[in-house]
Amino acid sequence: MREKEMTTPEIHIDEARSAGVKPLLEIRDLAITFSTGSGEVQAVRNAHLTIMPGETVAIVGESGSGKSTTALAAIGLLPNNGRVSAGQILLDGEDIAHASEKRMIELRGNTIGMVPQDPMSNLNPVWKIGYQVKETLRANGLPSGPDDIANVLAQAGLPDAHRRAKQYPHEFSGGMRQRALIAIGLSCQPRLLIADEPTSALDVTVQRQILDHLDTMTTELGTAVLLITHDLGLAAERADKVVVMYRGQVVEAGPSLALLQNPQHPYTKRLVESAPSLASRRIQVAKEQGVEASDLLASAAEAAAADNVLQIQDLRKVYKLRQGFGKSSDFAAVDGVSFDVKRGTTTAIVGESGSGKSTVAKMVLQLETPTDGKILFDGVDTSLLKASELFKFRRRVQPIFQDPYGSLDPMYNIYRTIEEPLRVHKIGNAASREKKVRELLDKVALPQSAMQRFPNELSGGQRQRVAIARALALDPDVIICDEAVSALDVLVQAQVLNLLADLQANLGLTYLFITHDLAVVRQIADHVCVMEKGKLVETGSTDDVFESPQQEYTKALLNAIPGAKLMLPPEVA
Amino acid sequence: MVSFILKRLLQVIPVFIGTTLFVYYMVFALPGDPIAALFGDRQPPQAVIDTLRTQYHLDEPFWVQYGLFLQNLFTFNLGNDFTGQPIAASLARAFPVTAMLATEALLIQAVFGIAFGVFAGLRRGGWFDSTVLVVSLVVIAVPTFVLGFVLQLVFGVQLGWAKPTVGANADWGSLLLPAIVLGLVSFAYVLRLTRASVSESMNADYVRTATAKGLSRPRVVVAHILRNSLIPVVTYLGANLGGLMGGAIVTEGIFNVPGVGNKLYQAILRTEGPTIVSIVSVLVLIFVVANLLVDLLYAWLDPRIRYDQ
Repeated sequence: MREKEMTTPEIHIDEARSAGVKPLLEIRDLAITFSTGSGEVQAVRNAHLTIMPGETVAIVGESGSGKSTTALAAIGLLPNNGRVSAGQILLDGEDIAHASEKRMIELRGNTIGMVPQDPMSNLNPVWKIGYQVKETLRANGLPSGPDDIANVLAQAGLPDAHRRAKQYPHEFSGGMRQRALIAIGLSCQPRLLIADEPTSALDVTVQRQILDHLDTMTTELGTAVLLITHDLGLAAERADKVVVMYRGQVVEAGPSLALLQNPQHPYTKRLVESAPSLASRRIQVAKEQGVEASDLLASAAEAAAADNVLQIQDLRKVYKLRQGFGKSSDFAAVDGVSFDVKRGTTTAIVGESGSGKSTVAKMVLQLETPTDGKILFDGVDTSLLKASELFKFRRRVQPIFQDPYGSLDPMYNIYRTIEEPLRVHKIGNAASREKKVRELLDKVALPQSAMQRFPNELSGGQRQRVAIARALALDPDVIICDEAVSALDVLVQAQVLNLLADLQANLGLTYLFITHDLAVVRQIADHVCVMEKGKLVETGSTDDVFESPQQEYTKALLNAIPGAKLMLPPEVA
Repeated sequence: MVSFILKRLLQVIPVFIGTTLFVYYMVFALPGDPIAALFGDRQPPQAVIDTLRTQYHLDEPFWVQYGLFLQNLFTFNLGNDFTGQPIAASLARAFPVTAMLATEALLIQAVFGIAFGVFAGLRRGGWFDSTVLVVSLVVIAVPTFVLGFVLQLVFGVQLGWAKPTVGANADWGSLLLPAIVLGLVSFAYVLRLTRASVSESMNADYVRTATAKGLSRPRVVVAHILRNSLIPVVTYLGANLGGLMGGAIVTEGIFNVPGVGNKLYQAILRTEGPTIVSIVSVLVLIFVVANLLVDLLYAWLDPRIRYDQ
């Protein structure tokens, strides 16, 4: 179905061009400058792109590449300290780069619509959803009765729209909020829709539903879409043309498939190579050392029982949900989960938000107490550990958390951050600890000069390396990675995953990897446990689960990976 | 919601007993003999002193005195002060005056504080913003009694625009100048709070989305910036009403307003236990009720807050 849609617009556009149809939006030599405390910064230069009526064009790039800034300029919503310093933004031939605010208000809503990135922060929390639709319709001179509002919401796929319109944003899930935002963005039937990472905050399965729906709606209305995304797979799957931006410049542009299969610019090549797609395989460090993966598995199988570093047996975690008047109901966040983790391997727990995967991780880390069931670490039941034994346990099981911005103390320099666990566990003296920190920095490929710097002076990828170094400081046996690469850009993500794979090969580490991203699982994991609503629905080796998933839920998760169905030439895969 | 209100009202009991006990004990422990203070320089006959002591239970131990006070309070018999006036009657005269003064001060700080704060917040870094920031800092830094005396001298005495003192018959007009003095410091806080809140919500994602929907600038400001920014401000104003009622001692003193603050001040000078504690009890009640109202108002303004869970 998708293939058909991907080829027809091309033909349509060629016909349109020959028939003399003008572009809907044309950005020419655009430069955008921000005035900051330290002078003028050019965020975008020489940007150019063309969108024909009804066409979908994606801008791809990492954070800070200028992709969102370019799109915001097109709808006249640059931040106060930003301005278009050169070039033109032509909408139907009219240059709106320096249009008056009055003219922009006329255009916004009914000519250019927007679906913003974060559904959590883009709806005003104090107004009902219906009111936020109503004021959009009213501002653009459209009828705004209760039926019109419900109609707009229903078209965006919100069931029971009349009742939903009377609810507040906090009563909606993330996916429903995004549907409401799409409803608002398309409510006045704009000719151009700017969709700024419209689904990056959502689970993959929800993401797929929403993007499918957006596709259907824009096709029906004949709306052109400018899609901003950091996900190359998603861009190629959804857009007719892809524009790649890097450090404020357009480095490459062209039809999606052609660009993906034959990238020209070095940056695009790197982006295609590190795009985690289904075609990729487990990062093969073992092979580089001359050991076949099957040998590893065979030897592991022999001593299987003895070599399970972690055994999770019928684990349950029940939370009490308060319902007022002293009543409460039980909610099983984790419900009867059992699995083993073999020493020196990577086990991934995947599932959507709310599936209970992070709760499992917290219980393994002894940060939450299980309601029922056992966690055996090296054959010892962790619930029976005394305080002093628990202290020793913590030394051997270390976490790496999702957000490298939030999990490093901003007041500690990097040396102190990495040295702290050594000091807490009274290991060595000052000199030996410093030596250890230097070694750790080497291991995670950070320069020794980083020791005196503070987290805010480092990039996201560098911070996550620091978090890894800190986790390694105590020479743990097991590292629990809770969404450890989800907050990182694709290229940085690839670097960190490679680093983790290398460290595993060299130090014999065991990883328990919690993630919602199946593409990452493919690259790092040996075994997969799929969780849904607190229960383990499928487990198996990564290859088995990916090639022949048994459960509908697993299939749905796999299908939802953006770009899953795209054929990549073997050399880039 | 009902259970929340009931729970909050039940909290009044320990708060009430705690504060009255504490204040009563403080008064009890004050050095000096209240009966002697009553007669000033004259030395009354011992018999008179003894009669008065018995009449006001000053010869009883602390717990008995406190018990008697509570008993009287719950039978609405506040008794007489040391000048022989019924305390209830003098409070009934004083409270409306202070309520008028506090309301006027509250209106002044709400209207001007919010208006100035919104303008400053919308044009952050502009000349109006800079001026207002400096002025508000000065207002916060200068003590109320200095501001009070300066305004009294300038507007009351030199320009003659207002009566320098209020006196026995207080009305809205004569209370204007004291209300301005009373409201000034909180006005500066309201202004700064509004300004910070407005400039924060201006950068909120939902404001950008509202603009992208095609709304006009005034609509974006009123519906999306103002409404959201006012939540913390209104909360502050509500909590401040209690403070205005009790904090008027200095202002009422300067302008000779026959309000609660004045009464409380005189009672403290005379070490009049029953009067002090009566006034404090009423103020405690006002505080608790005002805070409850603020909590309810908060939930009404921000639909995310729900108390029944």
